Amino acid sequence: MKDQLRQYIVNHMIHDASYKLKDDEALITGGLVDSFSLVELAVYIEQEFGVHFDDPELTAENMDTLNKIVSNIEAKQ
Amino acid sequence: MPSATLIDAVRTLLETQPDKECVTLITHGDEYTLTYREFFDRAARYANMLKTADLQAGDLVVLVLQHGEAVMCGFWGALLSGYVPSIFPFLSDKQNPESYFSSIRQLVALSGVKAIITSTEFEQGLKQALDGIDVQILTVEMLAQSGDHPFSSDISIGVGDTAFLQHSSGSTGLQKGVMLSHGAVMNQIASYSTAIGLSSNDVVVSWLPLYHDMGLIAGFIIPIVSGIKLVLMSPFHWVRDPQILLRAIHRHRGTLCWLPNFAYNFLATRIPDSALGDLDLSSIRAFINCSEPIHAESHQLFVEKFARCGLYENALMTCYAMAENTFAVTQSALDKPLHVDTVERRALMDEQRAVPTSGDGVVLVSCGQPIANCDIKIVNEKRQPVSERHIGEIALRSDSMLTGYYHRPELSQQVIVDGWYFTGDMGYLADGELYITGRKKDLIIVGGKNIYPQDIENLLNDIDGIHAGRAAVFGVFNEQLGTEDIAIVAEAETDDDDTRTAIKREIRARVAQNTDVTARYVQLVEEKWVIKTSSGKIARDANRQKFIQEFLQPGK
Repeated sequence: MKDQLRQYIVNHMIHDASYKLKDDEALITGGLVDSFSLVELAVYIEQEFGVHFDDPELTAENMDTLNKIVSNIEAKQ
Repeated sequence: MPSATLIDAVRTLLETQPDKECVTLITHGDEYTLTYREFFDRAARYANMLKTADLQAGDLVVLVLQHGEAVMCGFWGALLSGYVPSIFPFLSDKQNPESYFSSIRQLVALSGVKAIITSTEFEQGLKQALDGIDVQILTVEMLAQSGDHPFSSDISIGVGDTAFLQHSSGSTGLQKGVMLSHGAVMNQIASYSTAIGLSSNDVVVSWLPLYHDMGLIAGFIIPIVSGIKLVLMSPFHWVRDPQILLRAIHRHRGTLCWLPNFAYNFLATRIPDSALGDLDLSSIRAFINCSEPIHAESHQLFVEKFARCGLYENALMTCYAMAENTFAVTQSALDKPLHVDTVERRALMDEQRAVPTSGDGVVLVSCGQPIANCDIKIVNEKRQPVSERHIGEIALRSDSMLTGYYHRPELSQQVIVDGWYFTGDMGYLADGELYITGRKKDLIIVGGKNIYPQDIENLLNDIDGIHAGRAAVFGVFNEQLGTEDIAIVAEAETDDDDTRTAIKREIRARVAQNTDVTARYVQLVEEKWVIKTSSGKIARDANRQKFIQEFLQPGK
């Protein structure tokens, strides 16, 4: 799941397959994902993993790293 | 209108001060000086050579020559003969000769150039590139046959006639030939000399190329026509050995030097402290920052580095200039600290207003106040004036403006309306001082937020591993989002994947943390990828197109 999300972010959001995105790297404060893209990411998560995030949950605090996203997805499954 | 032309001015100089030093040319490890008489005698040889060609008054003569005596004398030789000279940028190391020759062909065909003066090494290449076009190619080596008659001018040229063309760096598409009349140039010299307090004791020292307005006007025509000494070196030479500029100032007791902003950083960082030694810069009364956005940090760096050499802080001055006004539009005040304005970033981006703040904000350095006989107004998209501290397009009206763009009436009509020239530069006025915030078409609008790409580029210059000044930021329209994405292309020195990711991570973090936006694309590229205009500015549209072709639509 983590690798699938990693692939999605590097290939579809920042369009840079060579980018070595780390598990604990800041996505939002690190400037990889902005608020528009975060919504797009939530849509992708819902499609692929059947987990829905409400808008208020889409914050830097909840979604800033791959680790955080994955643990939030797992908590909802 | 002034009663004199540039030709009259030269005639007077030759009568009143023929033996005064006119120009010192710095060559590798050496230098030589020509008096006014010697300089114009050499220019006369070019005039004599041009007489052998089949030309008429007003014909366009383009100089394709390396920086040095030939291009200087060739320029005056053509001008004094009543032809219209224009200096073409010289082929640089990184340029592909084929595309260089093809850009000359484009210019010759579009502008109806009647003659080219070049050197033997280029003769063949130019002949091939210009095959089928009616243009005469003259080489410096033909001078020997044209005889040594001293300068004498009996031609009838009026103040309204075109003196020369400056080719304004049209970054994309065709270059624009800015037509300047004798009257406009003489007016600029008068007004700008007053603004900088020019006197016969001044000595101008310059490394600037002559195909660009700052080098051509401030670093060549003003000193010569004003009868003051000019010390000149080649930009190629200076780039490799930046301290030659400062050593020339020291040796010749230089008083005035014009520099683009990057040169302040370059000089401050590229010259080791150990090389400063006895360097004395106390003779300089003005280093004038002009022709690219001015940064307080660059000045600070420069002062920190060279204060020990006697650099006097109020010597740092600023100017806003463009070929379309011959050169200067504004100039900061003599002998006074520069005006610096710190304004709220959000109001600047979202509301096009410059709201002063005492906190963290965007720091802008004033370009000074309009020179004499030059009016400025700031206008909105409908070209209606806006009030103080509101950002808009800068329009100007003066007695040193262009007549129009050569052979481009449609372009002239777009930008000259009711006597006002609309510059395409964005800025605001505050207490009579002009602040430049960017360029109209450079503006990136991301989700309704206005982003000035220079602001982002400035954040990136000191990142380890990327070449300073070689990062380009531009907007790429995102059809899906209906707005622009920010793309950053930066030249990097490494092939190591981990290092490359680390650089990209740093770029992204800086943008995210210092602006309201996130960069969508951060692309590292090889050295020399980023396209600059002939005047050294980032050619944003050209870089955008190149980026789209290479990275977004490869194969298309």
